[in-house]
Amino acid sequence: MTAAVALEDVSCVFGDGSAAVRAVDGVSLTIEAGEFFTLLGPSGSGKTTCLRMIGGFVLPTSGRVFIGGADVSQRPPYARPVNTVFQDYALFPHMSIRDNVAYSLMVRKVGKATRLKRADDLLDLVQLASVGDRRPAQLSGGQRQRVALARALINEPQVLLLDEPLGALDLKLREQMQSELKSLQRKLGITFLFITHDQHEALSMSDRIGVFNQGKLEQVGTPQAVYNAPATRFVAQFVGAANVLDGNTAQRLTGHASAMLRPERIRLGAAAGARASGVVHEVQYFGAFTRIRVDASGSRLQADLPEAAGLSAPAAGATVHLHWDAQAVHALGAGA
Amino acid sequence: MNHTTALPAPQPLANLRRRASDLLYTRRGLLLLALLAPPLLWFGVIYLGALLALLANAFFSLDDYTGQVVRELTLKNFAALREGANVDVALRTIGMATGVTLACIAIAFPLAYYMARHATGAQKAALYVAVMLPLWSSYLVRLYAWKLLLAKEGAISWLAQQLHATWLLDALLATPGIGGSSLSFSTLGTFIVFVYMWLPFMVLPVMAAIERIPGSFIEASSDLGAAPGTTLRKIILPLAMPGLAAGSIFTFSLTLGDYIIPQVIGDSTLYIGQVVYMQQGVAGNVPFAAAFSLVPIAVIAAYLWFAKRLGAFDAL
Repeated sequence: MTAAVALEDVSCVFGDGSAAVRAVDGVSLTIEAGEFFTLLGPSGSGKTTCLRMIGGFVLPTSGRVFIGGADVSQRPPYARPVNTVFQDYALFPHMSIRDNVAYSLMVRKVGKATRLKRADDLLDLVQLASVGDRRPAQLSGGQRQRVALARALINEPQVLLLDEPLGALDLKLREQMQSELKSLQRKLGITFLFITHDQHEALSMSDRIGVFNQGKLEQVGTPQAVYNAPATRFVAQFVGAANVLDGNTAQRLTGHASAMLRPERIRLGAAAGARASGVVHEVQYFGAFTRIRVDASGSRLQADLPEAAGLSAPAAGATVHLHWDAQAVHALGAGA
Repeated sequence: MNHTTALPAPQPLANLRRRASDLLYTRRGLLLLALLAPPLLWFGVIYLGALLALLANAFFSLDDYTGQVVRELTLKNFAALREGANVDVALRTIGMATGVTLACIAIAFPLAYYMARHATGAQKAALYVAVMLPLWSSYLVRLYAWKLLLAKEGAISWLAQQLHATWLLDALLATPGIGGSSLSFSTLGTFIVFVYMWLPFMVLPVMAAIERIPGSFIEASSDLGAAPGTTLRKIILPLAMPGLAAGSIFTFSLTLGDYIIPQVIGDSTLYIGQVVYMQQGVAGNVPFAAAFSLVPIAVIAAYLWFAKRLGAFDAL
């Protein structure tokens, strides 16, 4: 089976001379057909440039881009079998919603009756059957998002590129769209390449995640692998909350030169058998859990204590004893 | 000694200012009125008033014996507009305005597109200056400069000679309708100068309209399979249409009303502006001049109505 998307040592440099910026720096990546793949990284990490090279809006400075096995490195966007959901949705304001959705069929000279029928089918798919005659300005943000999705899907692309499509939505709507996107992807079987800087979104939706930092891919793996066994210090700190320990402290507490310990793996307990003890420095209440920061012999550890009936979190200044299982500790590679 | 420091006693003047600003803050309408009254008075009284006076005059007539304006309503002037010579003048002017507008669009659009989407920094500033620079010098100076460029012994015929293209220039000048004894005495010359004079008025609104089109629209169109030509026709042109409409109102109405350019450059055929100028000046027939100057207003109104029907302002 050929990969849906393959990047072969792809780099993208903007500007030249001393002002040159290596937005993407030697990235190789294979995305399997039917996969929900997420590129996760902070803003400016190169994930969007990477997506734009696959869409054809930016050409790679070096390296090759394959879609469905074909080398498309130098092809313009209109000659690539991918479609994009843009961050700002990019719905054409001078066309009705139905014409927006039917746009790619219109430019391919599909008959009017057929393409409008197809557009209505797609609007049905995204549960917006009744808005076909309206203009984009008359829709809410969430509705526009669905229209952009319908428009990008009407041509049945091999790969759907989604550039932070949920960023402009409020939290409740975002969570709803996350599960809808995921079930739509399962239903259609189309490869989704999703871009986000939101680790929760990446973890909850993806089959696999690629974590970007400074133009390079730090790790590619399942959400579980990325969360529980981060390959680098950056991944450990960017995906979820983490206690990253170094040097003497790491040696003393974990037996490794450098290690990561997730805050929710730490429990409070008796002084006997505690792995560390210290004074609570700060208490933050999050609802589902309470995060405490503990000064434990020279290092600051954070622990997330689940909200449970009858249990109250310690107050600042209290002395606590921290426990965790040996397998909760993940050793980080040297120099990473 | 009382140690609580009281606020310093307010000065009478500061007190007055405080009360005035409180008043303006609580009564927003008052501030709005104060700010808008001068421009509204200007537009309402001077601008619309003049236009209404013009309209009224068009229904008066001139007494041929006394040379006095007779203030009785009549349609005499409008009947006179339908005479052959006057219809010719109107059609010639409208034809020129249409041609000038189309030429301005053809020249301005690519330039405006480049300035809006591709030029950056110093290059964009230089292009801005290049477009605006002619407007910094007097209209008459530029007009007489063109008189020299277009003259029989002028720069353009010299250039044609150097390029061995005199035959081309001669062929153009021999074409009936646009030709003449030299470029400066031909309708073609009038056309060239009109296009030159009004070009900035097309470039700037078109550029502003293209600048407002988000880059993602063009990327989305391409992403959905549209080749660049299709994107131009289906996305960029419709969204730039308000700018094109605004620019063409400038070029169209400026050409309809101008009476100096065709007087200095061209064969001595008349345009609406010249007829209005002669009628109200030498002939003293203000009512007929008023009636004739309603023609451009009617034409522009019809043009706007037509543009709106075609959907030129849908993207606003």
